[in-house]
Amino acid sequence: MSKTPGAPTVSTLADLFGAAYQIEIDAVERYKILADQMEIHNNPEMVDVFRDLARAEGIHAEEIRRQAGAIDVVEHGRRVGKWTKGESPEEADLGAAHYMMTPWHALQMALAGEKRALAFFTHIVETAKDQKVIKMAAEFVEEETEHVNLVHRLLRKYPVPPESWPQDPDPPVSQE
Amino acid sequence: MEEMILTVDTQLACKPSDYRSDVKPVWCPGCGDYHVLMAFTRAFAQLAVPAEQIAVISGIGCSSRIPAYTNCYGFHGVHGRSLALASGLKVTRPDLTVVVASGDGDGYSIGGNHFLHACRRNIDMTYVVMDNRVYGMTKGQPSPTTEPDFDTAISPGGTGLSPFHPLVNALASGANFIARCFAGEPNETAAILVEAIRHPGFSFVEILSPCVTYRPDQKAWKDLVHPAPVGATNDPAKAARRIMTDDGFNIGILYRGERRPYQPKFGRQSLDPSELEQEFEI
Amino acid sequence: MTEAEHLSIAIVGSGGAGALTSGNLLLEAATAAGWYGLLTRTVGPQIRGGEAAALIRLANRPVECLADQFDLLIGVDWLNADRFGAEIEVGPHSLVISDPRSGELPAFVKNSGIRVVEIPLKEITKSIPEGRPNMIALGIAAKLVGLNEEVFTALIEKRFAEKGRVASQASRAALQAGFAAAADIQFDKRLAPPVAGKKRWLVSGNEATGLGAIRGGVRFAAAYPITPASEILEWLAPRLAKVGGVLLQAEDELASINMIIGASFGGTPALTATSGPGLSLMIEALGLATAAEIPIVVVDVMRGGPSTGIPTKSEQADLNIAVYGFHGDAPHLVLAPQSIGDCLFTAQWAAYLAEALQAPAIVLSDQFLGQTVAAIERPADVAFIGERIRHAGADAPYQRYALAANGISPMAIPGMRGAQYTAEGLTHSERGTPTSGAAAHRVQLDKRRDKLEQFTFGDHWATIEGKGEIAVITWGSLTGAVREAIELAGRDGIAVRLVAPRLLLPVQNVRFAAALDGVKRILVVEQSHSGQFYRYLRAHYDLPGEVRVLHRPGPFPIRPSEIHKAIAEWRK
Repeated sequence: MSKTPGAPTVSTLADLFGAAYQIEIDAVERYKILADQMEIHNNPEMVDVFRDLARAEGIHAEEIRRQAGAIDVVEHGRRVGKWTKGESPEEADLGAAHYMMTPWHALQMALAGEKRALAFFTHIVETAKDQKVIKMAAEFVEEETEHVNLVHRLLRKYPVPPESWPQDPDPPVSQE
Repeated sequence: MEEMILTVDTQLACKPSDYRSDVKPVWCPGCGDYHVLMAFTRAFAQLAVPAEQIAVISGIGCSSRIPAYTNCYGFHGVHGRSLALASGLKVTRPDLTVVVASGDGDGYSIGGNHFLHACRRNIDMTYVVMDNRVYGMTKGQPSPTTEPDFDTAISPGGTGLSPFHPLVNALASGANFIARCFAGEPNETAAILVEAIRHPGFSFVEILSPCVTYRPDQKAWKDLVHPAPVGATNDPAKAARRIMTDDGFNIGILYRGERRPYQPKFGRQSLDPSELEQEFEI
Repeated sequence: MTEAEHLSIAIVGSGGAGALTSGNLLLEAATAAGWYGLLTRTVGPQIRGGEAAALIRLANRPVECLADQFDLLIGVDWLNADRFGAEIEVGPHSLVISDPRSGELPAFVKNSGIRVVEIPLKEITKSIPEGRPNMIALGIAAKLVGLNEEVFTALIEKRFAEKGRVASQASRAALQAGFAAAADIQFDKRLAPPVAGKKRWLVSGNEATGLGAIRGGVRFAAAYPITPASEILEWLAPRLAKVGGVLLQAEDELASINMIIGASFGGTPALTATSGPGLSLMIEALGLATAAEIPIVVVDVMRGGPSTGIPTKSEQADLNIAVYGFHGDAPHLVLAPQSIGDCLFTAQWAAYLAEALQAPAIVLSDQFLGQTVAAIERPADVAFIGERIRHAGADAPYQRYALAANGISPMAIPGMRGAQYTAEGLTHSERGTPTSGAAAHRVQLDKRRDKLEQFTFGDHWATIEGKGEIAVITWGSLTGAVREAIELAGRDGIAVRLVAPRLLLPVQNVRFAAALDGVKRILVVEQSHSGQFYRYLRAHYDLPGEVRVLHRPGPFPIRPSEIHKAIAEWRK
């Protein structure tokens, strides 16, 4: 799997934990932003969905922090977790949001994010030199795979929305 | 004028979230401007300039809502005049980092004249125009950058007018730094904003920022944008050729000029005001 | 030989004759010799070579307007001079010096019964190398009004220094020839000796406005050139730089007004100067300054309107737009200087008030004040320096538009940590966040109105002089003419009060009523076609008793005698 252009280079365990942690933290922030958008745009169901997703990512972040032990994931995350092109893998695509979006859409966003994260860690497994890094990265691959499967399971609960999902009988309003 | 003491603990102001206010944006979900806001806060964090040393000046339009969403000083002025507000501010407060935010209507239509003269004047500031090729705030009328065949209620069948070319005009008018970004790449955009802000003189950054409500066709932009085939030049003639022939989706820094920024002397007195009456004495 | 309190001289010429230069030198010399006086000018539409007349009034005490008639009229030539007929009134008691070789006397001169003396100016010039007829005319005028040659020596040196010794010498020679030519002319009016001792300035209203602005704390100006305000900008540009400020020429008035708002937002008291057409363009941003509570000063040197109008002439017809022109309800400050010296005070006070009240202040000057040069008593120093109340950095989250007892909320200046806010033209909460709610809208409207209404403006709000049952209410540049008319009425035994508001907004109802206490007849005097000032008075104030209005549009000022006549007629 080729490295995503702009992705950070991970060589050490500190790099790995830092990057993994930052990915989750970025995801939390992103889902919070989306929750706020949904709140302002009066889509309460989606507020809950995004807040739940944010919470879930927060839990992942805490797990990583725990797993990292003595490694200061916050510090290393800030140092290494920068994507110069594209975004952090689990940052949901803001461009795909819509004020009338449904949980199905959010889960598609989440799915895409988990898949990107999976690809990121897979690449590290394939290319890292440090055995400890490879081993840990493989664990992350497993975790992300689990996340992907989880999202798939959740998606089964939600039907594909009808084509009319974005239809709003009211026209847009001129504000200024 | 008391001196503004820059704090040493810039560590505090290093996170993008430090540059975000608690005001929740009213932009439509899916709007490119959310990414631009992100790019702003990331750029400010990278520059590590304290939030109180930054002034974000805007006019009217969706993009112009951005100042209140940052934790910097801001001015939400009237339509088309943000560059003038910013010019008066920067000349008298050269210590501030001044970023001007506008849109294609605010900046290129009603603000067109000020755009030309701001490029010409070359005061040290950064002008960010969120271009979505439509008037989003007022229900979807064409802007100067709208394609000639784009159908709207106010111009059925399209305007038939050749779109305004902001980068060409910026170069011709003397802008000292010209770049184009895509909102969908907020980290790249942040990096370019950092360079734009650091570059002395008038830096112009046009950000293609899709309008989810009136231009859903702009979802295709993420597949149309591409890195500029060549790096930035400091030769206006070369830049002119490149910019005149560019397809509108070249992303990157296109021109880095070497003009000295315009900053008249300010704040240093060589004559006491009480002596001014002497010329009238009979 | 009669001693006159004042003498009026007009020098007319065209095509590069230099009539205005002679007029300037005459005023400079007379004032150097101790007299007071003023100079205004009237010109044709050409940029160069046009017909021009210097209109000078000299007096033994300060004068603020032109007299009704000219005592002495000198024509370097008479080409197209009939255009000046309405402004240069002459009569049987006047004297005209005319060069028989320079055209026929215009009808308005010929038919006035004026005494004519012919002097061959061109002929005399021929005998002086590089000599110019306007300097001969100057010599004649100087001799007739009673000036000495010596007082001109230094002035000519200075004036012609750049042009070289030859020009300087030629001017002096021509001046001397003028003195000589006037030796045999009978002119039995002399200026009464000046009242000595007071420090005096020779200054124009535009220059005084600039100085007042700087004294009031202004350190940034941005402006676009426009007649008749450009001299304010030209005066300010180098001098602002010397005192640590700067003036930028903007690309248009829209940029000018927004630049000064930006500078003021950053903490620097700021000003722009324009005329009617420019003020029209600035109205939107004036509303922004009002809504966002940002102090600025906008000087409007009024000229003939509407639209492009008469750029070189005075009128008082921008009152409506200054007072009522903003969309929405946008209380703000409007002030109007009453004389050239008052341009200094009013500009300074406006800068102070704008800062104190965090509001825009429009100063309505006019072309007559702006471009007239006068010798005035040195204005008293006043302690008005613009300084807004700044946020002190308290712990609570900063509310830019917080309610306060006096309506004035402290202003944070960019750079101050912890007080970041976004200045807003949208209706906003106390914090400054946009809102369309009724309560916040009302609260902020009240705040901006109340802060002006509860402010103590003091006695400067108006000039109130005299006693009597008749009051003349006027404003701006007509105050001087009204004062003279009242003096004339006084000599007739008629007691007349003068009420001239300097502060037009916010209105001062209580004090205005007090000023008119006991008045039974009111004469409103103003220079507008529609009676803008009269309607403003009617809209905001009670006018007791009978009211008459003496109003006409520009381009010519209302003279003391016209006002005096209106007062005297009413007594019958």
